[in-house]
Amino acid sequence: MDEPGLILQDLRVTLSGKPMLRLSAHVAPGQVVSVMGPSGAGKSTLLGAVMGTLSPPFAVSGRILLDGRDLAALPVEARQIGILFQDPLLFPHLSVGSNLAFGLPRALRGAARRAAVEKALADVGLNGFASRDPATLSGGQKLRVALMRTLLAAPCALLLDEPFSSLDADRRAQIRSLVFERARAAGLPVLMVTHDPADAQAAGGLVIKLD
Amino acid sequence: MRLRAMPMLTLALLLGPVLAGLVGTLAPAFGILPVIGRVEPGVDAFRALLAWPGLPGAVWLSMVTGLGATVISLVIVMLLVACWSGTRSFAAFRRALSPLLSVPHAAAAFGLAFLVAPSGLVVRLLSPWATGWTQPPDLLIVQDPAGLSLMAGLVVKEVPFLLLMTLAALGQADAVRAETVARSLGHDRPAAWLKAVFPRVYAQIRLPVLVVLAFSMTVVDVALILGPNTPPTLAVQVVRWMNAPDLAMRLQAAAAATLQLALVVAALGLWCLGERVVAWLGRAWIWSGARRAGGAITAALSLALAGSAALTVLAGLGVLAIWSFAGFWRFPSPWPDAMTLGNWVRHWPGVAEALGTTIGISALSTFLALVLAIGCLEAEHRHALRLRARGQWLLYLPLLAPQVAFLPGVQTWMLMLGVKGGVGAVVAAHVIFVFPYVFLSLGDPFRAWDARQATIAHSLGAGPDRVLWAVRLPMLLAPLLTAAAVGFAVSVGQYLPTLLIGGGRVQTVTTEAVALAAGGDRRAIAVWAIVQTGLALLPFALAVGLPRLVWCNRRGLLHG
Ligand SMILES: Nc1ncnc2c1ncn2[C@@H]1O[C@H](COP(=O)(O)OP(=O)(O)OP(=O)(O)O)[C@@H](O)[C@H]1O
Ligand SMILES: [Mg+2]
Repeated sequence: MDEPGLILQDLRVTLSGKPMLRLSAHVAPGQVVSVMGPSGAGKSTLLGAVMGTLSPPFAVSGRILLDGRDLAALPVEARQIGILFQDPLLFPHLSVGSNLAFGLPRALRGAARRAAVEKALADVGLNGFASRDPATLSGGQKLRVALMRTLLAAPCALLLDEPFSSLDADRRAQIRSLVFERARAAGLPVLMVTHDPADAQAAGGLVIKLD
Repeated sequence: MRLRAMPMLTLALLLGPVLAGLVGTLAPAFGILPVIGRVEPGVDAFRALLAWPGLPGAVWLSMVTGLGATVISLVIVMLLVACWSGTRSFAAFRRALSPLLSVPHAAAAFGLAFLVAPSGLVVRLLSPWATGWTQPPDLLIVQDPAGLSLMAGLVVKEVPFLLLMTLAALGQADAVRAETVARSLGHDRPAAWLKAVFPRVYAQIRLPVLVVLAFSMTVVDVALILGPNTPPTLAVQVVRWMNAPDLAMRLQAAAAATLQLALVVAALGLWCLGERVVAWLGRAWIWSGARRAGGAITAALSLALAGSAALTVLAGLGVLAIWSFAGFWRFPSPWPDAMTLGNWVRHWPGVAEALGTTIGISALSTFLALVLAIGCLEAEHRHALRLRARGQWLLYLPLLAPQVAFLPGVQTWMLMLGVKGGVGAVVAAHVIFVFPYVFLSLGDPFRAWDARQATIAHSLGAGPDRVLWAVRLPMLLAPLLTAAAVGFAVSVGQYLPTLLIGGGRVQTVTTEAVALAAGGDRRAIAVWAIVQTGLALLPFALAVGLPRLVWCNRRGLLHG
């Protein structure tokens, strides 16, 4: 039963009582499962169900297991699931460094905290960006900061809601492989919503189609 | 503290006193006032009220000034927006009007009086070359028996209020596209706007319009300054009877307050009837296919009217400022013969004391209102509660129920329960009137905040409280400060709650300024009115400046 990875068992979402989606899936650690489908098919809703952000008129039933833990009763902040949206959504009132430190475990203090932030920035080629205002970064840079912010919080799974769609083709491939590489290195199960078949191909995993 | 209970708790805190106050007004009106040994129900108080010779005049004044001021303000604002919204001059106008909104009613009223009085600036500028007057003419311009100056004083303050409410509504009415479609069908600007946009906008500003109506009918401070004296308006007479040393006069005051309440209800009913008539006429107009509504002429007229309203307030404040530094000032010279700091020096000790009290009361009531508003909005966010149309009405109830109808009742309760009015009671009373404005000001930005930011922060392990304190509130610093400034200005401007609930023992800049209206010391009035205005405006300057300072390195929070 304590199978690692993200398991959706007969997950159903209804909107005002009407069934909206229903699926089962198993995302193993290090694996990327893609979710595709037309606009309005409920892809973001599916991610919301996994995150635990849906509220009425939505209702969720079925089981969501992460590394064997049942998530149903847990609030968003206790689920240990990272998410990247289409917009990087860096907190505009915090510096790049403080954004990264936001989700760092509290046990990390003082110099160790600063070092963790610096290392994360260096890992994605953004040395010395810690004191920058996030509004002054380019789209690709913001996305890299958002990725590292998510990873520094040590999540057990990663959800992606079309995170690359705001980037041009070149940058897109580059960032995409960075994200996949990092997620694989951390052994995270990844559930990715996308419109772009190239994304799903690059992910190399199972493709779930919603309609 | 259970956040979920916050909206109910807030409603109880706001509506409890209003409803209890209404009961406390109705009971003595029908003869029951145990503190003076009256326990037998009866209608003697109404009989005494009917015997008051000033009654017909007072009732007439209340209806005419209330309905008149509301209709005029609404027409000016609607025509202005119909003809000018979206243009560059409109944007300038809007920027000029926002600070005017926070100028206290009393100060604006004094300013108007100083402009148009027989010895006011307007007559001085025209004398003697145009009028031939070398002495102030013996005319009753201010405090005229027909209530025209009172109506004017209300209009100049309600125009900015309704305009800002309308601007907020425009965003949600898809106004630009609707107007474009109507114009492409051959309508001129005002016709296009009135036909295609007005109905949607009006539906949204309806409650604020009704608040303006109820307020204009029952306002006390402006009526003391600009309204007639013999007889005064009904609301002013209620306060006079309430303050009579003989407690038995409270029965008559209560009867008059009850009548005032009935008048407001009647006027609101009349207004709703008027809405139907206008809607019917409007449909007929649309059906007829007429495509013109005066075009350029309407545009010029609306700009002239709204411009004079704004200019009146500004010029009034200007005259007040001059008078506060004026030494000897002969008639009809348009400028004082001597300028002096003497007025300020003379009045400063009193001003300083009242300033301390006012700042304390306003800061505290604003803070409490903000805590309640944030609590309600956060509860709404966390528990996915929705404020329905009914909730909106409840929110507006403390603004719709005339202060003069329920505050005497609250005072009666305090008398019965042996509660001494003081600063604490005044703060509590102010919260009732400050909260709705704070909530309305903060509600839209709070709800428009991108909830994905909360999802992100939660996914990083932050609990709901940390998200609120570390992400949401800092990001909403600018709207929070604006809401605080609005609340502070509302509190500074409160006259009747301070007077009645403070039991006459709490002196704020507003009660002191209005108390001077009866005397004729222009220099004293000018000093106090300027202080009152400054106190209401200062927080707005801070609300604009502070976020720029705090977030000077955060471009993402410095738009617009
Ligand atoms: N709060 C809500 N209340 C009611 N219906 C909603 C709500 N949020 C979303 N919906 C509806 O749920 C459906 C699925 O929305 P969702 O955002 O999951 O689509 P999506 O597949 O992510 O689309 P896109 O590709 O455009 O992002 C849509 O029809 C949408 O209108
Ligand atoms: Mg989506």
